[in-house]
Amino acid sequence: MRSCDILILGAGVNGLACATRLAKAGRSVLVLEAAATPGGGAGEVEFHPGFRAPALAHLTQGLDPRVARALPVAFHPALTTALQGGITVKGGAASVDAAAWSALHARLSRFAQALAPFRQMPPPIPGAGNAWSRLVRPLLGLRGLGQAELRELMRLILINVHDVGEDELSSDALRGLLSFDATLGAWLGPRSPNSLILYLDRLARGADPLLPVGGMGALAQSLAKGAEAAGVTLRCNARVARVVVADGRARGVVLDSGEEIAAKTVVSALNPRTTFHQLIGARHLDAGFHRRIGHIRMRGGAAKAHLALSGLPALADPKARLVIAPSSTAVENAFNPVKYGQVPDRPVMEVLLPSAHDSGMAPAGAHVLSAIVQSAPHAPRDPVAARAAMLENSLAVLEENIPGLRSLILHAEILMPQDIEARFGLIGGNWHHGELAVEQMLFNRPLHGADRYATPVPGLWLAGAGAHPGGGINGAAGWNAAEALLEAKG
Amino acid sequence: MSAQTHFKTPLRPSPFHPRTAPLNRLNRWGPWAGQLNALCFGDVDMEYTAIRNAASVYDLCAMVKYRVTGREAAEYLNRLTLRDAGKLAVGGVHYTAWCDDAGKLLDDGTLFRHGPQDYLICCQERHLPWLLDSAQGFDVAVREVTEEIAALSLQGPCSASVLAAAGFDVWGLKPFRMAEFAFQGGSLTISRTGFTGDLGYELWLTPDLALPFWDHLMQAGAPWGIRPIGSDALDLARIEAGFIITNMDFIPAHQALREDRPRSPLEMGLGWMIDWDKGQFTGRAALAAEQARGSDWALVGLDIPGNVSAEGSILYHDKKHEVGMITAAAWSPALKASVALAQVQARHAGGANLWVEIYALRELQYVKLMLPVQVVPRPFFNPPRKRATPPARV
Ligand SMILES: Cc1cc2nc3c(=O)[nH]c(=O)nc-3n(C[C@H](O)[C@H](O)[C@H](O)COP(=O)(O)OP(=O)(O)OC[C@H]3O[C@@H](n4cnc5c(N)ncnc54)[C@H](O)[C@@H]3O)c2cc1C
Repeated sequence: MRSCDILILGAGVNGLACATRLAKAGRSVLVLEAAATPGGGAGEVEFHPGFRAPALAHLTQGLDPRVARALPVAFHPALTTALQGGITVKGGAASVDAAAWSALHARLSRFAQALAPFRQMPPPIPGAGNAWSRLVRPLLGLRGLGQAELRELMRLILINVHDVGEDELSSDALRGLLSFDATLGAWLGPRSPNSLILYLDRLARGADPLLPVGGMGALAQSLAKGAEAAGVTLRCNARVARVVVADGRARGVVLDSGEEIAAKTVVSALNPRTTFHQLIGARHLDAGFHRRIGHIRMRGGAAKAHLALSGLPALADPKARLVIAPSSTAVENAFNPVKYGQVPDRPVMEVLLPSAHDSGMAPAGAHVLSAIVQSAPHAPRDPVAARAAMLENSLAVLEENIPGLRSLILHAEILMPQDIEARFGLIGGNWHHGELAVEQMLFNRPLHGADRYATPVPGLWLAGAGAHPGGGINGAAGWNAAEALLEAKG
Repeated sequence: MSAQTHFKTPLRPSPFHPRTAPLNRLNRWGPWAGQLNALCFGDVDMEYTAIRNAASVYDLCAMVKYRVTGREAAEYLNRLTLRDAGKLAVGGVHYTAWCDDAGKLLDDGTLFRHGPQDYLICCQERHLPWLLDSAQGFDVAVREVTEEIAALSLQGPCSASVLAAAGFDVWGLKPFRMAEFAFQGGSLTISRTGFTGDLGYELWLTPDLALPFWDHLMQAGAPWGIRPIGSDALDLARIEAGFIITNMDFIPAHQALREDRPRSPLEMGLGWMIDWDKGQFTGRAALAAEQARGSDWALVGLDIPGNVSAEGSILYHDKKHEVGMITAAAWSPALKASVALAQVQARHAGGANLWVEIYALRELQYVKLMLPVQVVPRPFFNPPRKRATPPARV
């Protein structure tokens, strides 16, 4: 039987970030990845002969700064966001309602910066057990806002984003963008309580959406290469079937193939429910903990559409990120039906033309369109019919906004939440491997008892998006987990 | 659809009710797990005397029962409970308990193994949600069968002789073993178990046989003075035997409203049950941590001077500091002593300089007593006949 120091399950951005940090600390690390290539949600797929698309994520709001320093990735210049009616937005600059947008953006960015340090540490917990020295900087950051702004932050922090748009902006298009960006990847609408904090979290990751040079596949490749350069051994096509627990401790894993690998420490950068319900199993856990794992909310509302196009679609700026969300109400209306397992008539979406940035995504002259479409029902009564309806409704909205698009389509596919779960292991199709919502943040992420990367099973750690501070192509959770493990001499 | 009329009888009568009701001369009834149960039939002293000197019959139907069947029944119970259910032989019974994740008691009870993949849990409180949650990931079926099984507890030094007279040869039946007998076309399971600390048996059958069986047993037992008893007499016997009762001697963790009220098995004197060699069970990590750190509480048996029973009294260290509480107490007729069960802060479990303050109500005035107590081993009353196999023929 093979044996190693630290085994990491899953070569998504978090698994790779965690592995790199540990390898740089001199630990010997083996990463096991089920897929043929690393990257997870940051992978790339050939969805039609000659046409490649980002598997799930097509942009990032920025890598965690520690990850970015350790694993350099080249990005295109920050993208401009294009809205309907020729409106453009970049950072705090908008072509309509400019003063209001700029003021709101500046204020929310300040709040986000004050909150950002909490992303780079284990979540503080109520009661004992905090390293207060680590809390000094983030708490001073909050104090630094000044009393009036701190009060304003407290007023806003649990508010819904729709109200903020109503209060602060006059352009429906900008309100739509604000609401869309806040709820992207969440299972809630802009009028749901606590939706603004998701926007603050987005800004805490970065000001603008970034596209890696060469696409998301290239980002995955450079993260993997960087990890290997740091000393990590990466093994693809190695699906972990279960974690071996003996004498109350995680001792290694068994692969699908039956191969066993022993390890001193096992780090799961997979979904927490998969980790505990499938890989560990009820008999190694307390019953209450096992039940609570089943109750972590994991509903995905994002679908992913890929179009193979015979030519360049009629876009004002093919390199822009196009957001089709005409108003905040349109975003809310697109979310409403999923509560009842239904498909929205007019979904809202974020559209990207990766082939406009990087040739090689499509044959010469041809193009690839990638769209994240919200909101898709995570548990439709008839999954096949829902998929067909979601694709049709998305294409209808796209055609309205990009006239002539349909005539260019060579092939179209849409991945519904259930498809995303089946293909990528994001349970419920949820973006964050567990909804990112106030009640599942900080010490409640993924749940009490495993909220600081260590778990009730000694020798087993969590490092994926399901852990604090959540997902996205970012790597903070993985890096934090590595830090916690090193600190605990795990 | 049948008419919903259950609400008209909030306390369900037991299958034995048609026989026990006319015998209950004082009409003293109390609720037990949703069932109407006799507290006393007429004379608690006579009923207690039947337990210790003759043969007593207690209606056990209200006991909450769960059947656990399936390929992984033993694994399931090992994860659920403190003891090793795999080691329990078919035909055997053991006293066990189970905890939540925090290692705090949810209940104690008896586990009967009817087959390699067939167990019965008998306990005080209802736990179906917890038992079903615990079943996730195990190939088992868990079903509440409380109303499908009627049961009587036959206790006392003459109980084996009564059973023999009734045609059931239990002479060879050892404590915590059970055997099957035919009865009027049905079957009767007899286990040598009980809650009195005496020689005794529990008798299990289907409710349709309840009344003919009652008649048969009472007739066979008449020469020995067999007598139905209520909970008051049983409570006296169980205190002498040093047994605890859920919700009387500890608050089950799922019912406690106050965070500091639940108690662990280590704190309730059940640490001996914990099988540390069997692997994971719910609460294991918490209990291991408690063991390493030391418990906060301890269950102790007390001998109290005088003859004033001390239930509900507060314990003091050095007559000054509150350090515990008496949860059950009685003047023991068998021992001629005032005995009690108490929860006491663990550092005072040795009993040094420990006092009880008893408020004895005497014709509308309290007489306050501050008495030194002595910690003594449980059970207080432990006769050899409880274990003797075969039991004496009397
Ligand atoms: C439709 C959609 C669109 C998205 N778009 C964006 C976006 O534009 N920008 C953004 O920042 N985020 C986006 N996300 C979110 C992002 O993809 C995830 O949050 C991110 O991938 C989480 O990273 P991770 O490393 O924690 O997990 P993952 O990326 O899920 O990585 C887990 C890895 O583990 C592997 N694995 C699974 N099971 C096993 C096993 N048994 N044994 C071994 N390996 C296994 C998987 O193959 C995978 O490689 C999107 C999500 C969805 C659903």
